[in-house]
Amino acid sequence: MSRVVTLKINGQDVSGREDETILQVARENGIDIPVLCYLEGLSAVGACRLCLVEVTGVSRLLPSCVTRVSEGMEVNTESERLQRYRRMIVELLFSEGNHICSVCVSNGHCELQNMAIKLRLDHIGMPYRFPVRQVDASHARYGLDPNRCILCTRCVRVCDEIEGAHTWDIMGRGINSQLISDMHTPWGESETCTSCGKCVQVCPTGALFVKGKSVAEMTKRPDFLPYLAMMRNRKNGS
Amino acid sequence: MSKKKIATIWMDGCSGCHMSFLDLDHRLLDLADLIEIVHSPIVDHKEFPPDVDVTLVEGAVSSDEDYEKIVKVRARTKILVAMGDCAVSANVPAMRNRFTPKALQEAVYLAPNMARPQLPHEAVPTLLPRVRPVHEVVKVDVFVPGCPPSNDTLFYVLSELIHGRMPDLSNKTRFGA
Repeated sequence: MSRVVTLKINGQDVSGREDETILQVARENGIDIPVLCYLEGLSAVGACRLCLVEVTGVSRLLPSCVTRVSEGMEVNTESERLQRYRRMIVELLFSEGNHICSVCVSNGHCELQNMAIKLRLDHIGMPYRFPVRQVDASHARYGLDPNRCILCTRCVRVCDEIEGAHTWDIMGRGINSQLISDMHTPWGESETCTSCGKCVQVCPTGALFVKGKSVAEMTKRPDFLPYLAMMRNRKNGS
Repeated sequence: MSKKKIATIWMDGCSGCHMSFLDLDHRLLDLADLIEIVHSPIVDHKEFPPDVDVTLVEGAVSSDEDYEKIVKVRARTKILVAMGDCAVSANVPAMRNRFTPKALQEAVYLAPNMARPQLPHEAVPTLLPRVRPVHEVVKVDVFVPGCPPSNDTLFYVLSELIHGRMPDLSNKTRFGA
């Protein structure tokens, strides 16, 4: 049985179990911390860095999705510095890929687009890279457009942790990182993919989509996830 | 109060932002006492005047003509507004950035289904290697995302600027709106 600890988030007294993360305790107390890679029901990886927070006494910023709470901790989630860094992260995501909202299947339902609105971005300060990336339309029912991929790895994790297929993975490093299926072979030829579509539903952007959807028609439904994760934990006796 | 001098220019875009601007409809008449449209694709005035208060820019910077135009317009404008996603982010025109201008022109003009396949050789501006959003070429003062920004959004922006205020566009428009 884990201990209960008390701490302060944005000056507000809150309490949580010591095995919980700052993000979990913040959410339980109605405090919003922006995220893109985190999704309830999947393991947390701290990839997007949007959930960075300040902790008094710690000089560097900590990703709240993978940082546990502790007794007496003082957390700040909304400083001017954090806002600036969050805007910078989202600008980098936009400039790194080819995110053309106006013609995207997820226009109006996209977590990246919504994040830009939330952070009040009206343009992207970093020069656009305009990378050349090929669409994979080989799967019968789904498509992958890596131009819209932000490498959050939700698809990798849901496929591995929930479906148990581990079709997706990330290849390469740094700016050359890319999402691949199986051994970098066409998705439609995958021997592991069960065509369950969970990856499509958890994808925050239009990178993974259901074929036949036109502009702004692709709405995602990741709400199945906490239930599946809970049932799995129950089965495993944890 | 003297009338504010307003201009609009059209570079690499679909003219949808200008359509949205025209959609101001009767509100254009309301504004008529306050503004004078001194240069625009929708008025007959060839030269861009030297002292414009506000210029609305539709489209990305795509050709040598666009480049010369935007540099000149910037120098002659007090407040430069990037109107719509093409001006703000290069948007759909930037989809050609994965090809060289040569490969692009050959694919379009020398396509086998053309009646007389030939590359354009006069009266057509030379394409720049890459399409760029306006702010990567000249300083932009106001960004109005949207594809196109709604007529309400454009009316709000224009009204604020005419009255000497900077518009606050949060929650009014977005990329792809």
